[in-house]
Amino acid sequence: MDDTLTPASIDDLQSRLEEHRYISDRGLATAAFLALTLKRPLLLEGEAGVGKTEVAKVLASCLDTELIRLQCYEGLDISHAVYEWNYSRQLLEIRLMETEGTVDRQTAAKELFGEQFLLKRPVLRALLAKGDRPPVLLIDELDRADDEFEGFLLELLSDYQVSIPELGTIRAARPPVVILTSNRTRELHDALKRRCLFFWIDYPSFDKELAIIRAKVPTADAALAEQVARFMQELRVTELYKVAGVSETLDWVAALVALNTTELDADTIDQTLGVILKNHEDIQSIQGKRVQQLLNRAKNPAARS
Amino acid sequence: MSALLPNLLHFSRLLGTLGLDAQALRTLDVVRALDHVELGRKSDVYHALRCLLVHHARDLQMFDEAFRTFWRPPPKDWTTQDLQAIGEHRRSGAPRVETAASNDGNDRVGQSPPLIWERTATLTHSTAESLRQKDFAELTDEELGEARILLSRLQWDLGSRRTRRWKPGTGDALDLRRVLPANLRYGGELVDLPTRRRAQRRRRLVVICDVSGSMERYSRMLLHFLYCMTGTLLPVEVFLFATRLTRVTRYLAVGDAHDRGRTTVPTVAQRVPDFGGGTRIGDVLRELNIRWARRVLGHGSIVLLISDGWDRGDPTGLAAEMARLHRMSYRLVWLNPLLGSPDYRPLTRGMQAALPHIDDFLPVHNLDSLSQLADHLTTLVAGASPAPFRRR
Repeated sequence: MDDTLTPASIDDLQSRLEEHRYISDRGLATAAFLALTLKRPLLLEGEAGVGKTEVAKVLASCLDTELIRLQCYEGLDISHAVYEWNYSRQLLEIRLMETEGTVDRQTAAKELFGEQFLLKRPVLRALLAKGDRPPVLLIDELDRADDEFEGFLLELLSDYQVSIPELGTIRAARPPVVILTSNRTRELHDALKRRCLFFWIDYPSFDKELAIIRAKVPTADAALAEQVARFMQELRVTELYKVAGVSETLDWVAALVALNTTELDADTIDQTLGVILKNHEDIQSIQGKRVQQLLNRAKNPAARS
Repeated sequence: MSALLPNLLHFSRLLGTLGLDAQALRTLDVVRALDHVELGRKSDVYHALRCLLVHHARDLQMFDEAFRTFWRPPPKDWTTQDLQAIGEHRRSGAPRVETAASNDGNDRVGQSPPLIWERTATLTHSTAESLRQKDFAELTDEELGEARILLSRLQWDLGSRRTRRWKPGTGDALDLRRVLPANLRYGGELVDLPTRRRAQRRRRLVVICDVSGSMERYSRMLLHFLYCMTGTLLPVEVFLFATRLTRVTRYLAVGDAHDRGRTTVPTVAQRVPDFGGGTRIGDVLRELNIRWARRVLGHGSIVLLISDGWDRGDPTGLAAEMARLHRMSYRLVWLNPLLGSPDYRPLTRGMQAALPHIDDFLPVHNLDSLSQLADHLTTLVAGASPAPFRRR
């Protein structure tokens, strides 16, 4: 790895994340720093929209390297995650061999399963990456995949290698930086967790959220940013089916800026509530009177005790 | 580092006794990690240890407490007292013997399993028959023992759902990955066409059982029913409630086959703080919908709600939560012990609010009703049920 790009300390990493407009707390910076220095995968858990995926994106740009993303879904299997053979080309090739009269079973098998017929999917691409620096491999929303896929990941996570029956074991010359994320819709297997560093990303505090808004939407009015951050803090302690994350906050601020809002008022909130709450029952329970209450509390933080 | 290393070992052993999964292997990582961390900064050491040693969100608090207590400036007289106190909260594991006697006077733990089998053998057909039809509330302690055995013999089949994963097998789709290797021996002429199909997976059962005061006469037997369900190979989640919801799946999972729930069930009852209290089904379902639904109701689960419908909460709230629960489950079955009596009519406000959102409304008052339930769930699987509702 290029030494100038490896963070020298936790402070260094934290400030570099901030340069890339990612406000991290000390714990996350420590976990990410250790993942880089110990060359271990980092598992990030947390509610939706707290910035788990963003960590991988920002790390990739901090390290000035490629981000390879594998979005998980139920039934995700090796042919979509690791490799697939290019069947049509293989079939054409065998026809060609036939017309040339060179079909010999031993050599045919060898040629047909050579690298030129191999389609590399994200995991294999990450292992075989040829760039100057090892890429960042993001395995996103792992809880959506099934446990069979989790089992498959074990070899990758502990040894940075995968086994392809036709080609043998493929091992990364330089291990990629692996970031896994999970929304915890189900508990991941212990064997997998054991191979990773673990960090739970919580909803941000008021100060952190304000810093995030300022970094991400610099065009927002300072007073508005503060009001939004306070309002979100109040909203998160309200009982809702789905609590709004930071990404909703940012969408909302952007929406308010687009509407030329400089100060929050109950009407504007009511009209833009769909940006932060994506659940009909939640919107119904908040709209109107509750919005006004939350807004009052957000505007007089001292009055709340 | 010299003093640090033994302390680290002590610390990870402490975490182990608190129930965290911190193995010896990890300590090596920690030592390596601490080379990169400024030891003077306590928060960095804290975060380094935390991200290496903790793997579950639920353990974070425990870790924090242990860290604070362990790595404080040394006081004059060292003691391990506080840490042991922390450990007390976590002791789950083996059910305690003395609790068995308190709830179920007739059952003694010392009784050996073979004895029960002898007793089963003496159970004649006619007694078994009358036992099957006897209301749970009227069972004597002795009959309860027999009923438990009959209960554990019921066969449960909730069927399976088709997953998105492919696996080799007879099906409509060509398994392209295997086509070429299978036909290489014919010189590439496509003779054999291997196929693949979607894998199947068992459906999950989520049971939410009312243990409030009005259900008291049934709770004892119902808990044994739930215990039997967790003992099968089915993926089952169990919640108990009166005014609050308690997830008891892992408490029910302890105990062995010989025990037949005699020690486990009373222990579970003690885990539920509001056992025998009033009922607020609406609030309880709201808690389920908010806290647990995303984690346990995924992938088309079958939900059994066991309650007599006596509800002190607000019926509109209950209706809304029932509607939501209904949308999130594959099949919502309400089991009501009162439905066993011929002149019962579901007229309570709670029942009235809930009825429009239920797929099946069935009795659960004796062993026969339970075997009917088992049959019903099986026909559900076969697709031959009088389906009021079918989704997914």
